[in-house]
Amino acid sequence: MQVKICETSYNIETKVDNLLAVLGHIKQTQNNSLAFGSGCRSGICGSCAVVVNGVEKLACKTTIKDNDEVTPLKNLPVIKDLVVDNSKQHKLLKIANAQLQELSDEKISNADVDKIDKESNCILCNSCYSSCPVYEVNDKFLSPFALTRAYRYIEDKKEKDVKSIIDNIQDNGVFSCTLCGNCNMVCPAGIDIKGDIMKLQNKSVQFGHTNPNFATFDTGMDFGFNP
Amino acid sequence: MEYDVLIIGSGGAGLSCAIEAKRNGAKVLVLSKTTPTASQTCQAQGGINACLDEETDSIQNHINDTMKSSHKIGNSEAIKVLCTKAKDTILWLDNLAVPFSKDANGNIAQRKLGGTSNARACYSSDYTGLKILHTLYDTCIKENVDFIEDKMLLDLIVSNNTVLGAVVLDIKTTEVEQIFAKKVVLATGGYAGIYTNFNTNSLATTGDGLAVALRAGCRLKNMEYVQFHPTALKENSILISESARGEGGYLVTSDGERFIDELKPRDEVARAIYQQLQDNKEVFLDLRHLGIEKIMKLMPQEYNLALQYTGLKMDVDLIPIKPVAHYSMGGIKTDPRCHTNIKHLYAIGECAANGVHGANRLGGNSLLEIILFGRIAGQNASKDLDKIKIVEDENKTIQNDITYIDELFEYPNTINFYEKKELLGKILYENVGLFRNETDLQTASKQIAQWQKEYTQMGIGDKSRVYNTNLKEFIEFKNMLDISEVVILSAIERCESRGAHYRIEYTNEEEQFEKQSIVTKTNENLNLEFINAS
Repeated sequence: MQVKICETSYNIETKVDNLLAVLGHIKQTQNNSLAFGSGCRSGICGSCAVVVNGVEKLACKTTIKDNDEVTPLKNLPVIKDLVVDNSKQHKLLKIANAQLQELSDEKISNADVDKIDKESNCILCNSCYSSCPVYEVNDKFLSPFALTRAYRYIEDKKEKDVKSIIDNIQDNGVFSCTLCGNCNMVCPAGIDIKGDIMKLQNKSVQFGHTNPNFATFDTGMDFGFNP
Repeated sequence: MEYDVLIIGSGGAGLSCAIEAKRNGAKVLVLSKTTPTASQTCQAQGGINACLDEETDSIQNHINDTMKSSHKIGNSEAIKVLCTKAKDTILWLDNLAVPFSKDANGNIAQRKLGGTSNARACYSSDYTGLKILHTLYDTCIKENVDFIEDKMLLDLIVSNNTVLGAVVLDIKTTEVEQIFAKKVVLATGGYAGIYTNFNTNSLATTGDGLAVALRAGCRLKNMEYVQFHPTALKENSILISESARGEGGYLVTSDGERFIDELKPRDEVARAIYQQLQDNKEVFLDLRHLGIEKIMKLMPQEYNLALQYTGLKMDVDLIPIKPVAHYSMGGIKTDPRCHTNIKHLYAIGECAANGVHGANRLGGNSLLEIILFGRIAGQNASKDLDKIKIVEDENKTIQNDITYIDELFEYPNTINFYEKKELLGKILYENVGLFRNETDLQTASKQIAQWQKEYTQMGIGDKSRVYNTNLKEFIEFKNMLDISEVVILSAIERCESRGAHYRIEYTNEEEQFEKQSIVTKTNENLNLEFINAS
């Protein structure tokens, strides 16, 4: 089987077709310097996300076939081979206030827990970040993962101070998203990130924020008459 | 770099420690070899134990179950702390917004795991560890805890039996750096990863912290005690949680026969399965009678893992399994306040052995341990900081490590260490596994000694200084060999069967071994003694 990894072709003589196992095999037998992320081997640690034939995948959960092409995640600086610089993640989560801000004393039911079940399974693998087209025009975009995590706390009845999270996801945030849905397609945890962002947009309006895209549209109409 | 509290490792224990120390006003740094949310904690599935309702359960029941599981070599004081503070630990997590599953009355739901007298494990579907770890991480971000990733611990800086800081390798640049701190906390994870290809652990769990601590003068306790999880996927050792049996799953052979009470302690179930496999029978996890709805509600992760890695559906297929190394009960000896024998050095989580597990760990007690003792260490490490001065005049350790790393680049690489790493896993699984005997243990011991001798003939093919994972894995391999040596020595010396350690020549528990094994290292030589448990 031929596999192309970061521009280099490898001929693999093994029955194994799990991508993470194949990367390990290449590193151990053909190219000791090949760098890639790995961890739990079971799709839960978020360390091994890569791009296979243009689509974000977790290497540990991916079966590869002849002539597949593996490249690093997009929109992030490449450190070496398939390893990207992840240091921005922490900053974006901080900017978005995507943490519990103030504990409420609401009684929580299982139905409430279910509402944030998927979102609280996010593994921070950066697949959504890599698939997001917004970064072509705005490298300050808060990211799909930070927004879906903001949603996880906003929808959590334990959160009393929803406003401070909503206020923090306005600049380069909810309304910068084009709602293309790429993130949903690649999320290994099956989170409806686009749906979450749409709900965050509605919630933002409820809290008095406006969609700046519409605002630009309104003020952009200059009819030469301003009484 | 100078900090009050330097925490090495960013799993559930390290993060809980960081939150407490930071809230106590300390300047805290968390260092990790990987990304914090990639830590082993994310893989814990089943649950976290606590007696929440004194009418249906009791703290004493939890203590009794844990004591029984420890087979008389646990520390009763540590176990008492564990069980008494369990409810408080759950409420702390609940208040940080961990989304625990609820029962019909809106109370935190609990399930029964093996070896326990009551339904005591609180859970978040079967993503308990993942949801706890991420909630802790979010809390650390909120609390402005400093993190630095891609740093591998090389050595502790110790002078006059007091820790002064740590020397680390920057994986991105291959630079060797020293970080000084008033207190250092080791939270580096366990050593079940030495069983290469025969363990459920992350590939990053290579016992680094334990190997470093041993070199620095710490005492390693009960290292022969490795828990084998009964149900990992046969093909690739991916864990299928105990909750699968807790919720009513069966273990059956190729003939369709059940052969053991599935809810017996893990060591007994694992040995029973291993014996079936030795008799050339296949063993399967059978959940078919539970139905798809219950499986998807209670263990969606298990269902998906089995489907992805075997193509089998739990509601219609039998899932082939085998027991593999899962958890290390042994570790760096600490007291119930998490102190090691080195002043200002603490150890928590799976790298530590504070005595709560003894000879076997109950399912649901490890998440509890890492959070609770993580917090205790954080509280203790952030006390009396104004009485301690940071000492920065010790440069011998970093100089040695700089030289050492340069030497590693010069090794001839005539032996492929990756091949030896795979062989290491196989020999440990077969000779230092579920059934042990003197001859097999001695064979394994000689082989480890041989590889330690040949280490300078091994080496790395990647000579670059940028993100050199070849180098990182080569250092990890050395740590794995050093820890394997300790595990085997401890297993040879414990001439009895107790809990997870089973010797076929000595099948009973012997009173003379109602003790902890303690290993120390002086001038490259290991010394072992047995001391009273508590």
